[in-house]
Amino acid sequence: MPHARLVSLALVLPLFAFVGVTFVAPLASLLSKSAYETRIHDVIPETMDVLAAWDGQDLPPEAAFAAIAKELPSARANRTLLRLSGAANRLQSGMRSLITRTAQRVPRTEFAGTWRETLAEIDEDWADVQTWIIIESAAAKFTLRHYLQALDLEAQPDGSIKARPQQERVYMPLLWRTLLVSLSVTLLCFLIGYPIAMLIADAPPRRRNLLLLLVLIPFWTSLLVRTTAWIVLLQRQGVINDFLVTLGFLRDDTRLEMIYNMTGTFVAMTHVLLPFMVLPLYSVMRSIPQNQLRASASLGATPIQGFVRVYFPQTLPGIGAGALLVFILAIGYYITPALVGGSSGQLIANMIAYHVQTSLNWGLAAALSSILLVAVIVLYLLFNRLVGIDRMRLG
Amino acid sequence: MECGPAGLYYSTIYAYNRKYMGEQTPSSIEDFFDLDKFPGRRGMRRVPFANLEFALIADGVPIDEVYATLDTADGIDRAFAKLDTIKDDVVWWEAGAQPPQMLADGEVLMSTAYNGRIFNAQILEAQPFVIVWDGQLLSLGGPLAIVAGTPRIEAALAFVRFANRPQSLANISKYISYSPTRLSAETLVGTHLETGIDMHPHMPASAENMRRALKSDWRWWSEHRDELNERFSAWLAR
Repeated sequence: MPHARLVSLALVLPLFAFVGVTFVAPLASLLSKSAYETRIHDVIPETMDVLAAWDGQDLPPEAAFAAIAKELPSARANRTLLRLSGAANRLQSGMRSLITRTAQRVPRTEFAGTWRETLAEIDEDWADVQTWIIIESAAAKFTLRHYLQALDLEAQPDGSIKARPQQERVYMPLLWRTLLVSLSVTLLCFLIGYPIAMLIADAPPRRRNLLLLLVLIPFWTSLLVRTTAWIVLLQRQGVINDFLVTLGFLRDDTRLEMIYNMTGTFVAMTHVLLPFMVLPLYSVMRSIPQNQLRASASLGATPIQGFVRVYFPQTLPGIGAGALLVFILAIGYYITPALVGGSSGQLIANMIAYHVQTSLNWGLAAALSSILLVAVIVLYLLFNRLVGIDRMRLG
Repeated sequence: MECGPAGLYYSTIYAYNRKYMGEQTPSSIEDFFDLDKFPGRRGMRRVPFANLEFALIADGVPIDEVYATLDTADGIDRAFAKLDTIKDDVVWWEAGAQPPQMLADGEVLMSTAYNGRIFNAQILEAQPFVIVWDGQLLSLGGPLAIVAGTPRIEAALAFVRFANRPQSLANISKYISYSPTRLSAETLVGTHLETGIDMHPHMPASAENMRRALKSDWRWWSEHRDELNERFSAWLAR
């Protein structure tokens, strides 16, 4: 029935097109920036052509000096110079002003016979091979340096790759911390959410609706409001500490540190993400017939045996769905940890946001995102092996 | 960017809440770093900007040598070493609204903050906050940019001209304590629109408040921000 096939394909085509245009294409284009970027190369195309044949040992030929002396002022006029100067400055602080200054001064400087001497007159750094190595590297169309940086590696002058010194590592410790926080929050959500879901599923209809509402109201409340509420509750001069001091359990100088550290991050994130665990669990538990447990009891099982061997295995699809939802949401969290996490409140998503919004280093942001995406996919596959995605139920 | 008009001067200062401060009150940037004299937690923004400058001034670097010192590897090490001395007692803030909140709650004894935020809390919420202007970091804010290639360049330029007229610049101080950037606007600063108080003592660029002030060097920061932000993140995580 090829005709019917075509009709059904035509019906889902708009959906595929929508997903392709609004999701897959922008994502792919952003992630590709982690390794391939022509915008910087196109600021100084002629210079890069000359540098392509350069060995990187001695100073490049006069043609390279002539090309860059022509292209920098015109890039300044076209307002594209910032792309190059920003990228070069990330490789070595100071390049930004060198490039900006040169672009300004070339038209005003007297030609000294060769462009090499003219540029060296503007700034002696042009007579340094290192300057040219950085320019070539910053403007390269294809580069792996963002991945090296994201993995806390650095290329040595001889071409080998080494890990950065321990105290300079930034991104890998943050990635590990992000995974650790996400896994812990998922586990906490499971430990707290499972009994709640059971309680709701077993309750008589009227109380069930009330209990569900108690789960849903926070779920519908703004993330920032809930985070701020935890600050009010947990801080040193907050509600909980005040209460304990008033009752005499604590002295004024032994108030508990419950926020602006890892504890604050765990508490606030677990609370915010709890509904994503409770709701799939509840929907799975509702579909388990009550009389199965009674049947197991009548066959001689203790309540614990009945739970472990009859009830719990049937809730696994709900656990799988809830855990995956919570984990994937947790891994991209950054506002909540930033507000309540103190010095440990920086996760990998904060760095991605910083490089997208503030430093405008999209290459590095894309490399970090790609690494995070790969980490999530690996965990997902692992998870699929353990639980089985086909058995998962999202409610 | 090579140059451009800035709309205002704002300042990063530190402030405290009189309600939680004892008899002795802090008066210098050195006091902010002195945990023996003023035991208690400090609020600081979770970025290297301002913190490195404050650390160096507190460590005895003369104000006019701060950026020259930061320009050396030793100078940056020195700033981080000074920050190390209070690191365990710092509550890091992220948004400008947090320091007034933390001061009001007594979460921190002192906090760095934007002077306008503290002004708002003092004047509109009657909080007993005190700004310590010593060692303040005066910075240019509110620059205007025009999108390249806009078909309405004339209207955009007309707005930039309007926004940079002395009266327009001075009008900002009717609402918040940020100084105009043009000398010709300085004499036009008057009173707060809502409460009618005299704005002069609250202006960051006034001669009185500028006695020991550092002007932030945006050129230096545009060169070093990326590098220092990484270093700061690594330092925080340690």
